[in-house]
Amino acid sequence: MKAVLLLALKSAWARRLTLGIALIAIALASALLLAVERVRHDARQSFTQSISGVDLVVGARTGGVQLMLYAVFHSGSATSNIRWDSFEAIATHPAVAWAVPLSMGDSHRGHPVVGTHADFFAHFRYADGRPLAFATGAPFAEVFEAVLGSEVAQALGYRTGDRITLTHGMVELGPDHDDKPFTVVGVLAPTGTPVDRAVHVSLEAITAIHLDWAGGAPLPGLVIPAEHVQKFDLQPKEITAMLVGLKSRADVFRLQRHINGYRGEPLLAVMPGVALDELWRTLATVERTLFALSALVVLVGLAGLTATLLAGLNERRRELAILRALGASPQAIFLMLTVEGLLVTALGVLAGTALLAVGIVTLAPLAQAHFGVHLSLRPPSGNELALLMSILATGLLASLAPGWRAWRMALTDGLTPRN
Amino acid sequence: MIALSDLVFRWPRQTSPCLDMPGFALAAGERVFLHGPSGSGKSTLLAVLGGVAVPERGRVELLGQDIVALAGHRRDAFRADHIGFIFQQFNLLPWLSARDNVLLPCTFSARRHGRAGDPPAEATRLLERLDLAESLWDKPAAELSVGQQQRVAAARALIGKPEILIADEPTSALDAERQQAFIDLLLTEAAAVGATLLFVSHDQRLAAHFDRVLSLADINRAAMGGEA
Ligand SMILES: Nc1ncnc2c1ncn2[C@@H]1O[C@H](COP(=O)(O)OP(=O)(O)OP(=O)(O)O)[C@@H](O)[C@H]1O
Ligand SMILES: [Mg+2]
Repeated sequence: MKAVLLLALKSAWARRLTLGIALIAIALASALLLAVERVRHDARQSFTQSISGVDLVVGARTGGVQLMLYAVFHSGSATSNIRWDSFEAIATHPAVAWAVPLSMGDSHRGHPVVGTHADFFAHFRYADGRPLAFATGAPFAEVFEAVLGSEVAQALGYRTGDRITLTHGMVELGPDHDDKPFTVVGVLAPTGTPVDRAVHVSLEAITAIHLDWAGGAPLPGLVIPAEHVQKFDLQPKEITAMLVGLKSRADVFRLQRHINGYRGEPLLAVMPGVALDELWRTLATVERTLFALSALVVLVGLAGLTATLLAGLNERRRELAILRALGASPQAIFLMLTVEGLLVTALGVLAGTALLAVGIVTLAPLAQAHFGVHLSLRPPSGNELALLMSILATGLLASLAPGWRAWRMALTDGLTPRN
Repeated sequence: MIALSDLVFRWPRQTSPCLDMPGFALAAGERVFLHGPSGSGKSTLLAVLGGVAVPERGRVELLGQDIVALAGHRRDAFRADHIGFIFQQFNLLPWLSARDNVLLPCTFSARRHGRAGDPPAEATRLLERLDLAESLWDKPAAELSVGQQQRVAAARALIGKPEILIADEPTSALDAERQQAFIDLLLTEAAAVGATLLFVSHDQRLAAHFDRVLSLADINRAAMGGEA
């Protein structure tokens, strides 16, 4: 038994070139499958953990998914705003414990700017109810003060005390609000949520930088210097969305109905959990397609292994006949072939795992910067181990065919040489 | 030692049998030369004697044991224990060293391992006897010349003193001079271990030094003739 396995190893080593190519195919395929699984998992994680402790997200009437996208993920923009008096009406509703306004539309070097209340930092929760924490500094207190998400600070190298200017709109080269610079007063600790990518300023600041603007451009001839803005009423007339926390969760459906039927203007209230699920489901088809495709790639890789082994059998007829003549049982021959296939699969899977690790280390910054997906280097999860196991099992199946053929062949071929 | 009776063998999808033999026998220690034209069924007969091909009918008695009646794995074990094979060519596992090729029967058969005494020492002794330069012993078999490979194959067949030696045209790839030298060597070694030798070839000129010469046509009723 041990001798047979040793022979199988030596024989495989003699054919290391062809087997190596099959191995590389399997390694690439399993790295791909693992990567898809990893990205899927991490994306879902970033997704479902992005907001918690908020009972309702309220915006102008659109789709729930769209509302979540612009209010929570800073992706896309609102088609219309909600009026300030609507905000006040909801905020003062007896069932409401707290309400935080959100005002979007400006940016800083590609990072979204969120105008809000300082309460935001107290009420916002993510993951399983974790509050925001400050890495340095504190919430904004004055008009021209800003609090940065961890990623913004890291990517742009800002620290508290630095001065930044905002840009109108979401394009990096849009018109600047450079007459009214902000001071960074706080940097948040990393959360793995869209908060990391946002610049937070007060709602008043958003009004202030647009005092001398109209219709998305500075008013010609009108300049209101930063030190004079306090003379104006900085109460906004409109906001983009609001986050609502209730005194009792039991009221959530009642209040949702109330807001959706609000008479002042058409509003939409969604429960973040429900909306996130819906949002995830729209992505799930993409995710499943990707997964199916990479599973197919793995199958192709393993089919390649079967083909390699079967093709190799032809050159090895003689070798196997000699082994048979020397007393190797057909079972031993079967074992040799199957072990070889399994070995190549196992090494391929190992190499694939290593490849994934290398890929994550080199690509993680890119994925973070361009897609906001945080990829972490970690040992395979239970799910991934199950995937690896199923690749191995399929590899075993793929090696059974050549093994079985060798079993049959060794008997009939026997000692009669034919070439 | 070898006794065969009332044997019928046909390959799958063959209409008429390839072998149909009333019987023939080899005594212990006898060295027999069997010849017949190409395609007449010589290799097939050896496959049947080696228990690799199983006949439709008949008895194949080796050392008093009917191997046709044995279960498959017992037949494999019997072959490993008692029979040394040398083929026409491509005898060795090309990726294994000459020495390891010689040792192979000892890994598959505990009996041959035991009878060899100290197998590595026995392998060395045989390789020396067969005049293979020591520098070649640890080279992969694929790097040896055909003549060197055939000598390694002979050493492998002889290790562990099997009672039966079967050689299927082992000299067809050698030049005339080396053919005779190889056969002489094989005959001496077979005599030294007391083995019964069945040597098969289509070339009758090689028959000179054998105890007995048989023609397949004389013992096989299925006269398919062959084409040569
Ligand atoms: N594995 C096999 N499967 C099917 N038919 C076979 C097989 N081996 C041999 N045969 C057939 O059996 C017949 C005898 O072949 P065999 O190899 O025994 O001849 P041979 O006498 O050894 O010839 P040669 O001198 O050329 O080696 C041939 O007709 C051949 O086609
Ligand atoms: Mg032949």
